[in-house]
Amino acid sequence: MSDAKELKQVLTGPIVNNNPIALQVLGVCSALAVTSKLETALVMALALTAVTAFSNLFISMIRNHIPSSVRIIVQMTIIASLVIVVDQLLQAYAYQISKQLSVFVGLIITNCIVMGRAEAYAMKTPPMMSFMDGIGNGLGYGAILLAVGFVRELFGNGSLFGVQILHKISDGGWYQPNGLLLLPPSAFFLIGMLIWIIRTYKPEQVEAKG
Amino acid sequence: MASNKDSFGRTLFIVVGLCLICAIFVSTAAVLLRPTQAENKLLDKQKYILEAAGLIDTKAGKVTKAQILETYGKHIEAKLVNLKTGDWVEGVDANTFDQRKAARDVKTSFVPENDIASVKRVSEDAVVYLVRDDQGKLTSVILPVHGYGLWSTMYAFLALDADLNTIQSLVYYEHGETPGLGGEVQNAQWKAKWHGKKLFDEQGNIAISVTKNPAVASTEYGVDALSGATLTSNGVQHSLTFWLGKEGFASFIEKARNGGLS
Repeated sequence: MSDAKELKQVLTGPIVNNNPIALQVLGVCSALAVTSKLETALVMALALTAVTAFSNLFISMIRNHIPSSVRIIVQMTIIASLVIVVDQLLQAYAYQISKQLSVFVGLIITNCIVMGRAEAYAMKTPPMMSFMDGIGNGLGYGAILLAVGFVRELFGNGSLFGVQILHKISDGGWYQPNGLLLLPPSAFFLIGMLIWIIRTYKPEQVEAKG
Repeated sequence: MASNKDSFGRTLFIVVGLCLICAIFVSTAAVLLRPTQAENKLLDKQKYILEAAGLIDTKAGKVTKAQILETYGKHIEAKLVNLKTGDWVEGVDANTFDQRKAARDVKTSFVPENDIASVKRVSEDAVVYLVRDDQGKLTSVILPVHGYGLWSTMYAFLALDADLNTIQSLVYYEHGETPGLGGEVQNAQWKAKWHGKKLFDEQGNIAISVTKNPAVASTEYGVDALSGATLTSNGVQHSLTFWLGKEGFASFIEKARNGGLS
């Protein structure tokens, strides 16, 4: 039973309790860039989840063979290979979205979440658990991305997943969209507010002063 | 065991082995997926051509692959034209002709004397797209143009009425300008300003101008420049001036006006 419990902890922990963006404040760069639309946010979240999960899996599989002097390079090689494959897959099967995500798929390589999980978790844990940890952290990243994307697309463009919900004045409706929300800085405010809300609800996440 | 794992030979073995496996993995993916990617690229280009021709409305929602292929096959004809003479080039399939590759090849390209749009080399032959309606009547001619903006070479389709003077649309499909500033070349409202403007004045000189002067912008030869994007706007102007000029489509336009298209 303890296994199932631990598994649940590994999978759902990163969504609120140990969220990679909200608590660890990692991977914020891409969270600012790709959240102006829900569609790109979702694809980015899926891409990052896949990369984190599989890089954790592969790194964990060979963790006992990785020489400690070159371990970061070995991790990077695996992560970079996975990211290129994900990028190629997107170009082949989701061309429009891959054009919008442009450079940010490639930048998953430098996303601290992937690297952080590989170094902090996969190097010490068996493959299956590492894989689940990757999925869990991807979900945590995705949850924040979707929350931010929801607000930005709905109030910045009046739509959700490209479906017009609030009719804009420029298209003959009544809604005056908030242009700031379409620009990357707005994600800063939204992520800040999310962190505030989460830490009010769970005060143990607040860092000690000093 | 620990010392064994970290020994020099073992480290080298792991690193080389891992690189080999990763390299095979990545190149397999790249090679296997290339045909699908090339198809996507082509489809994307055809979509922009149809948008320039006003045959599909990209704002109205997703356009399916079948729709694009069907409309494109029915209405669009790609033809190759020699820029110097303005004559059609026969015997080459314009649909598969790679103009960018031809522009890089010394044998099939030339260096323009007056390179205002920083295009470096120009392919001797260029693709133009003829758009016909259901009855087979020529409704518009689409000229591909490109030129340097602020950061990047910007590629566009310029759709003209059959008189080769009135602009239907100018659709940018590839650029690396600043989003929100120069990137606004793809803004629907700005694109709408081009509709109905004229390229040449009555003497046949190039008159179209992307301008900050509201008095000029309100005439039939003027288009309001993008605010905050002077260099991109200049790039648009230069692209048009170059491609309508002697080293661009001038001879083709001349011949086409004198009945070369019918």
